Amino acid sequence: MNEIAVELRDVVKKFQTPEGTVLSAVDHVDLQIKNGEFFSLLGSSGCGKTTSLRMIAGFEWPTAGEVYIGDIPMGHKPPFLRPVNTVFQNYALFQHLTVQENIAFGLEMHKVPKPEITKRVGEALEMVKLAGMGKRKPKQLSGGQQQRVALARALVNRPSVLLLDEPLGALDLKLRKEMQIELKSLQQEVGITFVYVTHDQEEALTMSDRIAVMSHGKVKQMGSAVEIYERPNCRFVADFIGESNFLRGKVTGVERETASAFIPELNAEISGIRASDLIVGQTTAVSIRPEKIRLSPSSVLNHNCFEGKVVTTTYIGSDTHIIVDINGIRVKVWEQNKISSLDPKAYYYQGQQVWVILFPENTLLMHEDEV
Amino acid sequence: MLKKLREDKALQGTLLVSPTLLFMVGLLIIPLILTLVISFGRRDADGGVIYTFSLANYARLIGFSTNCSNGVNFCWDTLYVDIGLRSLVLAFQTTVCVILMAFPLAYFIARAEPKRRNTFLFLVLVPLWTNFVIRVYAWMMLLRTQGVINGLLGWIAGLFNLPFQPLDMLYTPGAVLVGMIYEFLPFMILPIYTSLEKIENSLYEAAADLGANPIFTFLRVTLPLALPGIVAGTILVFIPVMGTFIVSDILGGRQVILVGNLIQNQFLSARDPTFGSAASLILMVLTLIVTYFYTRKFGFGEEIIAV
Repeated sequence: MNEIAVELRDVVKKFQTPEGTVLSAVDHVDLQIKNGEFFSLLGSSGCGKTTSLRMIAGFEWPTAGEVYIGDIPMGHKPPFLRPVNTVFQNYALFQHLTVQENIAFGLEMHKVPKPEITKRVGEALEMVKLAGMGKRKPKQLSGGQQQRVALARALVNRPSVLLLDEPLGALDLKLRKEMQIELKSLQQEVGITFVYVTHDQEEALTMSDRIAVMSHGKVKQMGSAVEIYERPNCRFVADFIGESNFLRGKVTGVERETASAFIPELNAEISGIRASDLIVGQTTAVSIRPEKIRLSPSSVLNHNCFEGKVVTTTYIGSDTHIIVDINGIRVKVWEQNKISSLDPKAYYYQGQQVWVILFPENTLLMHEDEV
Repeated sequence: MLKKLREDKALQGTLLVSPTLLFMVGLLIIPLILTLVISFGRRDADGGVIYTFSLANYARLIGFSTNCSNGVNFCWDTLYVDIGLRSLVLAFQTTVCVILMAFPLAYFIARAEPKRRNTFLFLVLVPLWTNFVIRVYAWMMLLRTQGVINGLLGWIAGLFNLPFQPLDMLYTPGAVLVGMIYEFLPFMILPIYTSLEKIENSLYEAAADLGANPIFTFLRVTLPLALPGIVAGTILVFIPVMGTFIVSDILGGRQVILVGNLIQNQFLSARDPTFGSAASLILMVLTLIVTYFYTRKFGFGEEIIAV
């Protein structure tokens, strides 16, 4: 069996805008999605993630490049000849058919014998916990239930790849969280490759084996949740995934794993992990996550340590969010509230003098990209 | 007074429906009762009505005739039954043709860019700006022996040096059918458009995604979802075609007599309002029966009416 379930090779998709200009929705994208993988395309709206998905489904055809499913080039094959199924953002259920007729639709189109259809539809309903709801019309179900019908309708065909276009977007937060876990365990259970489009980074991090972060039609970074969060390879990714503090500097030294940069605003040199290719003299983004910064009320003599003043503190239960001013630069710091204390003195307070420690192993130096 | 109006829901309701209600009672219900009463009457020598209770008009309509040749007292004359059947068949033919023509057009408009849809719908409605009768007369100009179509055909035949005999198109059932289709097409396009327009593009995509080729997508998704529109359109076309007399009068001449013509005739030339009333009521009953069975099977196109 082939390792690769879906591949996009140098795929370009251009659209004519109503103003007459040409827009590259997808701009030379290369992707390899492995068999059985939960793969997410993550990005804000207009980044090309949905267009990429639609090209796999066959609703759009690439302007250039090729989409492979298995190792078969798809060319201009229409959707009904592709071994993939889609879960649509608005579910796209057939309102004139019952739940079980909806689920049976694909099997009927593929001329599966009647008894087997009945059996598989029953199994699919059970899989999505809708047994007994088969005779209802989609309108009689809640949003979450309709979502499950859409899922069952796609999965019942046992596609080689399941494409999901922001399937949880219309659900409320609590239900969305539940469905995330359910989707992930369902995917592991059926072992089908999932290609999941979302703009919700937390959703992508929670569910995916691998994530491709997209922006302006290009893949910025591809990797596991840990890789993307802990080693973003450019400022865009570091900024888009989670939160981060950025300092702008000039590269002064590059090693195999580490690098250092001079930060004019701090009038100091900072060293950290090299997260992307860098050359000495180049401008660089120094990124450090707020939860990875350490504060100290007393002076610490250390490299990467700066004196500052607390501007605001916000107690949010599990953490306290503190903004520290260092030489006019504002730095976000999240301190976990490890001690259960009612004494205000146990917490940082506005105006307090603090020392901010940016550990080199938590500090990343990366491309200062245009976006 | 105003306070009472604000609070009394029943009063509000009464006030809201009463203009229409009065209008309908005065101009529909009462005339209908009069028609019923007259239909049981007999005609006097001057075309007036003698009010009695006689079923003679209805007997005559279903074919019972006392006006027989070779001295028989009564015989069967299917003249009126034939007219009724002809009207039914023509209404059926018109409806089917109109559906077949309206559907692709409505589909085209529904799938066009939203900005252009209004332009297309506007164009569909343009013919309705001209008077109904004038449009039917225009068809007479086209279809008659010396008309536009024969002229054109003759000119083409002349180009190839072929002999040409002008076609007899006017005063044929075909001419009436064409006229009916022309008159009633917009009334089918609009409701079908309304139902097609509501089908989201993602439904077509979902069907294709699940393996349905375009034909299956049409049969399993497009058609069922357009059905309310087709039903509403059918009601809007079938019923008027059953009753109209202008198209058949102008394009059918004496050759194509429909129920509408029969009724018109009885009131205006034969001067037998009692028989005309009976025919009117039979037409109504006939239409109601067909509509009843049709809507029992397909519904009333509620979704369209609800829009």
